Amino acid sequence: MNIIELSWLDVGLSAIPLGALALVFWFLKLRMTRTLVIGAFRTWLQLTLVGFVLKGLFVQARLEWTLLFALVMLGVGTYEIVRRQKHCFKGGQTLLVAVFGLMAAGFTVTLYALLVIVGVKPWWSPQYAIPLLGMILGNTMTGIALGMDTFTGAVWKQRAVIENRLALGESMQDALADCKRESIRTAMMPILNSLAICGVVSLPGMMTGQILSGSDPVAAVRYQMMIMYMIAAGASIGSVLTVHVISKRLTDARDRLRLDRLR
Amino acid sequence: MSVELLSVNALRYGGLGPVSLTLEPAECLGVSGPSGCGKTRLLRAIADLEPWSGAVRLSGVAPNTMDAPGWRCKVMWLPSESQWWGDTVGLAHFPAHAHDATLGYLHELGFESDVMAWPLSRLSSGEKQRLALVRALVRSPQILLLDEPTAHLDAENEKRVEACIARLRSEKKIGVLWVSHNLEQLDRVADRVLSLPPKEVA
Repeated sequence: MNIIELSWLDVGLSAIPLGALALVFWFLKLRMTRTLVIGAFRTWLQLTLVGFVLKGLFVQARLEWTLLFALVMLGVGTYEIVRRQKHCFKGGQTLLVAVFGLMAAGFTVTLYALLVIVGVKPWWSPQYAIPLLGMILGNTMTGIALGMDTFTGAVWKQRAVIENRLALGESMQDALADCKRESIRTAMMPILNSLAICGVVSLPGMMTGQILSGSDPVAAVRYQMMIMYMIAAGASIGSVLTVHVISKRLTDARDRLRLDRLR
Repeated sequence: MSVELLSVNALRYGGLGPVSLTLEPAECLGVSGPSGCGKTRLLRAIADLEPWSGAVRLSGVAPNTMDAPGWRCKVMWLPSESQWWGDTVGLAHFPAHAHDATLGYLHELGFESDVMAWPLSRLSSGEKQRLALVRALVRSPQILLLDEPTAHLDAENEKRVEACIARLRSEKKIGVLWVSHNLEQLDRVADRVLSLPPKEVA
C-alpha cells in the first residue's frame, strides 16, 4: 500500500473554499477577513518550515538537535501559557511555574512513553520523540494554562469570601478548596471530553494519519490509545501540580491571601 | 491590677500606623476616623489577615506561637460586608458541634430556628449582618473585631446587637474593638474611643 502524495497544487486547491469564504466575509464587512487570511497563511508558513526542519532532523538523527527542538517546543508552550493568563505573578514567577509544569508533566510523561512503552532505540529517535512530545506537550500546555487561569481568576473574584472564611478560622487549604476543585475540573474538561467521544464522534488525527499511510487500523488504534492515556496523564498532572504551586504562592506562612503578589 | 487581654504596640500595616492600643477583659474600645484612614485594615492586621510589623499579644501570647486559624478563632474579625458561600444559611457556615449555642444566639438576635434552612438569596443585608454575628459568636472568640456591625440594621435590631455584645462582655469577658462612623453609637457602646488620624499624604 502506498500513500497518495499531495502536490503543492493539491494544497492550493484545498485553500480555495477558504479563499472564497474570505471574499464573502469581506463583502459582508464581518471584519474577520484579515484574521482568516493571516491564520491560513501562518498555517502554511509554520507547517512548511516545520516540515523542512523535521526532514533535516530525521536525516541527521542527532541527540542535540532533537533536544534543541524539544527546547523550542518548551519555550513556545511556556509563552502560550503565560499569554493566556489574565493575572500574572510579579517577577516572572508565572513563567517559572509554567516551565516547571511542562517539564514535570509533559516531559516526564513523554519520557515514560518513549522508554517504557515504545522502547525505541535510541530513546530520543526524533521520528518518535518529537511527535509524541508535541502531542503530549500541547495538551499539557492547554491543561496548565486553563487550570492556572481559572484558579487565579476564581481566587481574585472570590477574595472576599476566602478572607471571610479565613477570618472564621478556616485554614487556607479549606478556604481555597472550592477554587482548586473548579480550576482542575475546568483544566480537565477538554481531555475528559475527548476521552469520552474519541473514535465515535471524532477520529484522532494521529490515528487517521497512520491509517492513511497504510498502517493496520488495529495497530493504529493501539497507538492512539497510548497517546490518549498519555496526554490525559500529562494534562492532569500538569494542571494539578501548577494549581498546587500557585496556591502556595498566593498564601504565606500565616495563611494570608496574598493577592498583592499578582500584577 | 488587671491583665491586658489584648495589647497592640507600634503596629504598622500597609504603609499605615504606628498604632498602639490595649484592651482589658470585657472592655470595648471604639475606633473612629475619617474614611480611608485604615480602620478596616487595622482590624485585618490584628486578625493577622495582612502583613504587619510591631507587637500584638493576646493575654501575653504572640500570634506566631499558634497557627493562624487558631489565632483568628480567638481574635475574630467581622467584615462590614459578610460573605456567604453555601447554598443555605445553615450549610457550611456554622460548626455542627455548636448547635445549641447557635440556636441561642439566633433567638437573641431575633431569628427563629428555621432560618438555617433559608436560601442565601432570600437574605436581606441586615439579616446577613446579624447572621454573620451569630456565625462568629458560636466560635467563642475572646476578641471581637467589629467593622460597622450595625450599618445595615434598623433601630430595633441595632439594639439587639448592642445588647448581645454588652451581655457577652459582662458574662464572657470578651474584648471588643468596634469600628463605626457613628460617634453616638460609640458613646453608647464603647468605654473609650480611639481616633485614627487621616492618612498622611506624602
